[in-house]
Amino acid sequence: MTDPIVTGGASVQAPVDAEPRSARLAYRDRLVALLPDHPRLICLDTDTGLFSGVEFGPAVHRYVNLGIAEHNLMVMAAGLAASGFTPFVNTMATFAATRTAEAIKIDIAYNALPVRIVATHGGLSAGRLGPTHHALEDIALMRVLPNMTVTVPADAAATEAAIEQAVGLPGPLYLRLGRKPTPALPPTAQPPRIGVAQVLRTGGDVLLVCCGPHPVLASLAAADALAGDGTSAGVLNMHTVKPLDVAQLCAHAAGASLVVTVEEHWRSGGLGGAVAESLAEHMPTRLLRIGVDDAFVTLVGDHDALTAHHGITAEAIVTRIHRALCRGSGNRTPRTASSGPRGKEA
Amino acid sequence: MTGTADKARIVALSRHADRIREHIVNMCAGAEGGHLGGSLSVVEILTALYFAVLDVDPRHPSAPDRDILLLSKGHAAIGLYATLAERGFLDPAELASFGTPASRLMAHPVRSVPGVELPTGSLGHGLALGAGFALAARLDERPRRSFVVLGDGELQEGTVWEAAMGAAALRLDNLVAVIDRNGMQITGDTEQVCPLEPLAERWRAFGWAVRECPGHDLGALVDTLGSTPWQPGRPSMLIAHTTKGAGVPFAAGLVQSHFVRLSRRQHMRAMAALSRARRKAGDD
Repeated sequence: MTDPIVTGGASVQAPVDAEPRSARLAYRDRLVALLPDHPRLICLDTDTGLFSGVEFGPAVHRYVNLGIAEHNLMVMAAGLAASGFTPFVNTMATFAATRTAEAIKIDIAYNALPVRIVATHGGLSAGRLGPTHHALEDIALMRVLPNMTVTVPADAAATEAAIEQAVGLPGPLYLRLGRKPTPALPPTAQPPRIGVAQVLRTGGDVLLVCCGPHPVLASLAAADALAGDGTSAGVLNMHTVKPLDVAQLCAHAAGASLVVTVEEHWRSGGLGGAVAESLAEHMPTRLLRIGVDDAFVTLVGDHDALTAHHGITAEAIVTRIHRALCRGSGNRTPRTASSGPRGKEA
Repeated sequence: MTGTADKARIVALSRHADRIREHIVNMCAGAEGGHLGGSLSVVEILTALYFAVLDVDPRHPSAPDRDILLLSKGHAAIGLYATLAERGFLDPAELASFGTPASRLMAHPVRSVPGVELPTGSLGHGLALGAGFALAARLDERPRRSFVVLGDGELQEGTVWEAAMGAAALRLDNLVAVIDRNGMQITGDTEQVCPLEPLAERWRAFGWAVRECPGHDLGALVDTLGSTPWQPGRPSMLIAHTTKGAGVPFAAGLVQSHFVRLSRRQHMRAMAALSRARRKAGDD
């Protein structure tokens, strides 16, 4: 994906200037704070280092480092959960979802056990660590499993909210986090709740459906840029990919000439796949899926560089939407219900 | 046979084992057949556990302090169902429904069957599940023990050894594993397919307390399994030397006994052999 950046003259800025925070550390701190007062919570680690130096106080016996053994992690967690504990298990997304997929399927999902799979280094956030550590398949693998909830918080505050909600959530949860700090989303009246899509912008022409820090921030900035073009774009933070909030998806897609999914995942099977399935069944709508192309990401670069290379930026999203609208209208220039012919096409 | 289990008790256990074998043979005569060989080899192991070792109550299958039994070699489900029926968790009449559409008795254990803790059958999972139960019991300061019955071919799964390391590292001495060492897997002898020996040394090297015993000797099984932990701070591994297809002469010791649908004639021959063996033991 190397689309040239075309903004139609609009300024494309990050939506907020908040100090970036690490969702990974936010998770760690919130879990450590919850442990003493929740005696059925247990934290199982695989030598990730995330908890190095952490003081667990009276909950020290409920932090267990199992070594570098992810299968053992998932299956032991199932045994603990079957004994009444709620384990939070820790590893990187590709090891969590892909290496141990069968253990999650049989021991956790089949038994609907309340294991919280906290998967860091989701998407391309492992950056230069390369394809061995990228996780661009995990959402697809996890969301196909019965009983599983799959959620991708978009910032540290949403992660903290998800951890609080995860304590009492029935069944297993796959929580995908990134690696390094990311900016906070703008404050919203509607705090994120697992299973409920978060409406970040309303708009009628285009609906952006996104999950995860980079895709959501890029979608917000793209919506602002499109507004500058006179194209009204809604933004739905579909942080919970399973169960998908189909009601809100359809409600906000109604009347839109284009639905665009944006995710840090291979374009197959993830959020785009989930949205495609639901729209096709309930409300056939033109769909543009933005994500990582069907290839391993061998470019050497940090998280920002890799997502940018794969078109997960406001500029690239705007360009793709302009092109799609042009194709949809049969013109070389975008024509939407509210804007008429405007903008440029590369 | 050595040990303290008295003779009358062993005779009583043998009767249970005989009936469990008959149930297994009957289930393998059904429309779909069953995993005959590995179910027959594990009969005395399950009999010793369910009738002399495990703290379980069929009237309260979910009692909080019950011991846990996981049949990691889940393909021997009919052996487990037969044992649970003989122990009172199931009506033995239900066994006739094995494998039929309306039945809950699948070819691998399912949780809907009273006494089945978790589904098994994908090899290489049971030991880590047992370790999870054992760690939970320790955290909860419960006397509960976890018993895991493994197949020997199953030990070729790397995940078994991941769990073996983990359980030893955590010093889970409330975890007990038994290997049904019948020496065979689907395509031949384990030592020809992918050697496991020196098996006891391997487990010792992984930090387990290891013992071996004849796997059809109820007295030896009861004595050995009833005295865990053998070393404080170490999980226990019993290598029980068994015969695949034990008790049915035309199946015993044969790789082909792994999965069998018994013909009517084979069924009659098998039941006759079991009956003869029982008479010989002075039971009838």
